[in-house]
Amino acid sequence: MSTIADRLIEDEGLRRGVSRLTPEKIEKVFKELIAGECGARLKTYVESCVRCGMCAKACHYYMSHKDPSYTPVAKVSQTMWRLLAAGGRVEPQVIYECAQVAYTECNLCRRCIHYCPLGIDTGYIISVVRRLCHKLGVTPQYIQDTAHSHSAVLNQMWVKDDEWPDTLQWQEEEAREEFPGLRIPLDVEGADFMYSVIAPEPKFRTQLIYQAAAIFNAAGLNWTMPATPGWDNSNMAMFTGDSEIMSRVERAHYETAQRLRVKRIVMGECGHAFRAVYDVANRWLGWKWHPVPVVHSVEFFWELIQQGRIKITHKYADPVTIHDPCNIIRGRGLMDKLREVTHFLCENVVEMSPNREHNYCCCAGGGVINCGPPFKNVRIVGNSIKAEQLRATGVHTLVAPCHNCHGGLEDIISKFGLGMHTKFLGDLIYELMEKPEAE
Amino acid sequence: MHALYDLAVGPLAWLAFGVFIIGSVYRLLAMRALALRKDGAFVAYVSWPHAFKSLAHWFTPFGALGWRENPGVTIATFIFHICLFLVPLFLMGHIVLFDTFRGWSWPALPDGAADVLAIVVVVICAYFLWRRLSVPEVRFVTSAQDVLVVSLVGLTFLTGVLAYHRIGDNLVLTTLHILSGEAMLVAIPFTRLSHMLFGVFSRGYIASEFGSVRHAKDW
Repeated sequence: MSTIADRLIEDEGLRRGVSRLTPEKIEKVFKELIAGECGARLKTYVESCVRCGMCAKACHYYMSHKDPSYTPVAKVSQTMWRLLAAGGRVEPQVIYECAQVAYTECNLCRRCIHYCPLGIDTGYIISVVRRLCHKLGVTPQYIQDTAHSHSAVLNQMWVKDDEWPDTLQWQEEEAREEFPGLRIPLDVEGADFMYSVIAPEPKFRTQLIYQAAAIFNAAGLNWTMPATPGWDNSNMAMFTGDSEIMSRVERAHYETAQRLRVKRIVMGECGHAFRAVYDVANRWLGWKWHPVPVVHSVEFFWELIQQGRIKITHKYADPVTIHDPCNIIRGRGLMDKLREVTHFLCENVVEMSPNREHNYCCCAGGGVINCGPPFKNVRIVGNSIKAEQLRATGVHTLVAPCHNCHGGLEDIISKFGLGMHTKFLGDLIYELMEKPEAE
Repeated sequence: MHALYDLAVGPLAWLAFGVFIIGSVYRLLAMRALALRKDGAFVAYVSWPHAFKSLAHWFTPFGALGWRENPGVTIATFIFHICLFLVPLFLMGHIVLFDTFRGWSWPALPDGAADVLAIVVVVICAYFLWRRLSVPEVRFVTSAQDVLVVSLVGLTFLTGVLAYHRIGDNLVLTTLHILSGEAMLVAIPFTRLSHMLFGVFSRGYIASEFGSVRHAKDW
C-alpha cells in the first residue's frame, strides 16, 4: 500500500528545514512539546482510537483518491503515532513526510468528528504535528511567508502601514462616484462596530471593501475601520503552528477594537479568520470568551435583514446552491442564518448533499491553499468528491461566504469544467440592494 | 490442570478483578488530573447537557452520521457491545460461581439465549478480524495490538461456547476460558480497550465544544 513517502512533493521550505535537523534535535523538541503543551486530549485520543476506519468516509481526500493512506486515522498513524512510537527520535526525512501530511493533506475541517464514535479530534492531532514542524523550522515556504508577514507587519500580505488607509481612501473615493455621501470611517471611537477584513482584500480584492462600504452606507450604520495595524483578522500563523505570532496578531486585533471602544467586531466573509478570532487565539491569550463580541458577516447580514435595513430591488433569479464553510458552520453553527439570508436574496436555492454540518470541505482551508503552487494539484484532484457534489446540483451559481472556500471551489470548478461561479453574500447583496443615492 | 484451574478461579480471579477495577479508577483519575493540569483552556468548555445530548445520539444505532455511513460496522458494533456486557454479567454459569463463592445472586439470561448471544460475539469478532486484514483503510492502520485484543475477546467467548457445549476437553477449555477472560479484564485499562473508560469522556468533551462554543451538532 502506498504511503506519504510515495508522493513527496519538493518544497523549498520543507527541504531547507529538514536539512538543518538531526534525530537528536527532533527527539529533544518532540519531547519538550509533548511534555510542555500536550495533555489528556492527545493521550486519550492516541490510546483509545480503536483503528476501526469509520472516519475514512469523512475525508474528502480519501473519498476522492480512495487511497487508504489518506484517511484521517491514516494521517495520524503516519505522523503522530509514528513519532510517539519512536519517542520522537526519527530521521529528518520523517519530519518532511509529517509536514507534508499535516500542512497539505488535512484541512482541519473537523468533518471526521461526525464519523468517530469516540469523538477523536483528528484536526487537533494534526495541529500538534504542525506545531512540532513549526518548532523544528520545517514549514512549506509559501505559508511561512505569510506567517513572516504577520510577524513583521501584523497582516498576512505585507501591506504596509500607509498602504492600508490609502487603499480605504481609494475605495471610498471610487464608491463616492456611485454613492456621493458614502464614507469609509477610519478610527471612529465609539462606533457601533469595527469592520475587519483579511489582508487579501486591500491587496487584490478591494471590490469587497467597496461592496461592504456600500451595504453599510445603504443600511445607515455607525461603523469604523481601524487606521492602524490590527485591522487584519486573518491568521496564517495559526495554521503554521506558530501560536506565539498567532496570538500577537489576535491581541492586536482585539486591542484595536478596544482602543476604538466599539461595541463589537464584525468580520468579513472569511472562515479561517473567524476560527482564529472566535475559537483559537482567545484561548491562547487566556480569554475564555471574547473581550469584544465577535460577529461573522453571515450573522451580521442576517441581523440587518431582520431589522429591515437591507432592502432589495429584486431577487436573484438563477438557481443557486450553498456551500457551508467548515469554520462558520461546524465552527459556529451559522447554517440556518446562511440559508435565511440566501433565501431572502435568491428565488431558487438548490441544496447540495450532504450539507450543513455534514458538508464536504472545499479542500483549500486549514492553510492548505496557502502552501502554494507545489501542492495545488493534489488539493484539486484531492477533492473530486466536492466536484461531484457540486455537479449534482445542476446550478451555475454557488454561494460561499468564505475566502478560502472561494479559492478552493474556483479551482475545482475550473479543473472539472463545472461551469459555475462562486459568490459571496456581499456580492449578491450589493448587486440586488436598493441603491437610493445611485440615481 | 486442576491446579491451574484452581489458580484461575482463585487468586488470579482476585488479581484480574483487582487490576481491572483499581487500574480503571486510577487511569480515570490520572487522566482527569492531567486534563485539569494541562488542558485548562479546553476543560473550561465542558458542558454536560451538550455531552449527554450528543451521547444519546451516538448510543443510538444510526443516530449519527458516522453510523449511517458505515451500516455494516454499526450493526456489528452495537450487537457486539450489547452482547459483550449482557452475556458475561447475566450468564447462569457465572452467577452460580458468584453465588457459590460470595453468596451473590441475580436473575440470569435463559441458557439458550446466552448461548446464541455468545456465538454472535464470536462471529462478530471473526468479522472484525476479517475487516482488519482485508478492508484496505482498516488494514493500513492495524497493528499487532489490534489483532491481539480482538482475538482475546473472541477466544474468551469461543472457549466459553465450546465448554458449554462440552466440545473438547472441558477442563482445558474452561481453564482457558477463565484465563483469557481475566486477561481481557486486565487489558481494559491499559490497551485500546481503554476506550471503554475514556470513550464517553472524549465524545462528551468534543460535544461540549460543538454545543457550547460552536453551536453545531457533532453527530
